[in-house]
Amino acid sequence: MIDWSGYIGLILQGALVTIELTVMGSALALVMAFVAGLGRLSRFTAVRTLATVYIEFFRGTSIFVQLFWAYFVLPFAGITLTPLQAGVLALGLNVGAYGAEVVRGAVRAIGREQHEACVALNLGRYHRMRHVILPQALPLMLPTFGNNAIELLKGTAVVSLISLTDMTFQAQVVRAQTGSTLIPFTAILVLYFAMATAISAGVGWLERRASRGLDGMRV
Amino acid sequence: MEWDWAFVREIMPTLLEGLKITILATILGAIVAAVVGLFLAIARRSPNPLVSRPVGFIADFIRGTPLLVQLYFIFYVLPDIGIRLSPLIAGVIGLGVHYGTYTAEVYRAGIDNVPRGQWEAARATNLSIRQAWIHVVLPQAIPPMIPALANYFIAMFKETPLLSAITVLELMNQAKSVANSSYRYIEPMTLVGVFFLVISLISVVALRFLEERFARVDER
Repeated sequence: MIDWSGYIGLILQGALVTIELTVMGSALALVMAFVAGLGRLSRFTAVRTLATVYIEFFRGTSIFVQLFWAYFVLPFAGITLTPLQAGVLALGLNVGAYGAEVVRGAVRAIGREQHEACVALNLGRYHRMRHVILPQALPLMLPTFGNNAIELLKGTAVVSLISLTDMTFQAQVVRAQTGSTLIPFTAILVLYFAMATAISAGVGWLERRASRGLDGMRV
Repeated sequence: MEWDWAFVREIMPTLLEGLKITILATILGAIVAAVVGLFLAIARRSPNPLVSRPVGFIADFIRGTPLLVQLYFIFYVLPDIGIRLSPLIAGVIGLGVHYGTYTAEVYRAGIDNVPRGQWEAARATNLSIRQAWIHVVLPQAIPPMIPALANYFIAMFKETPLLSAITVLELMNQAKSVANSSYRYIEPMTLVGVFFLVISLISVVALRFLEERFARVDER
């Protein structure tokens, strides 16, 4: 009979790393999504091109390749990253590229008349975005952002392959030490699902909050 | 370390060997995903809650958990209960079932878009449920879904490097073994990235074509 208590601790430690990666990766992805998404709507061609190249590059190659590139190739260019930094960087930039398209789509979905009203009220470009367009666009973005966050959570499993001790890595350790396969893998599948469910519940709550006061709007 | 073209020429045949497996896995995975998705979508619409509820939960569960862990599950757990699969087969099943849960949503949207009247007309002309599905609903539902399905197949293509974790010798794994034996990472890893980027960009062009061809069925 195997004593499971030590192994449960191991898996929970891994779960903490997974959560840490998801939170930090999502934060980076959110920033990149707004920077690149609004960049694609910029009036300057150079900014638009830069944003497009970033988005197409990170959506065109897989997260796995980007992660390996960040971890194995960047050191040769003199940039050495810890596995955690490489993981957050690759996940954040990858999911950020998907998020950027969401930001762009939501901002473009706000009607022309809103822009025109802002011009008529003499609001500058910054205030137009900050006080009129984004508050209306945000509720449109949130559902897809929630899905992206779940994709990011699922992407964190890949970092186990660059020796970061996340949940998947720890499950492999447990498998190697006990020879049991069903229990560790089922356990982490359930934990991943629980985290994904928590994310969608959290986003659902945010959605209700963000659309408060927008009753009567066509959201 | 400098970029070395001679080394690139030397490793190219190995990488192309891996690329073949990558493409094979994508195509087989796409076929599995297309079939699994259709069955999931139809089962989820079943009037019997004993069928639709569990199927819905299983699909949500698979969609909410990482593909890598599912691949480990198929590759390590199934042999313990007597099902022994080759790495490639395990990988194709993993990819196919995972993306099947995504394509199921596409099918569901496509089926919901077929007007109710078509169902009623099919039933009124005394077609059985099976005949209504095969001869009336699916032929109208599937063409508009093709671009969305193709989108998921491109996404699936980008996930195939995960198969290297269960020892399938696809592009990523070949690149890793080349890199590990020569201790040169720049060329193999960058080339893998370039391969993926080029194929993805070509697929995006193909996708635009599919959208032109199929997405506006009702305008014809």
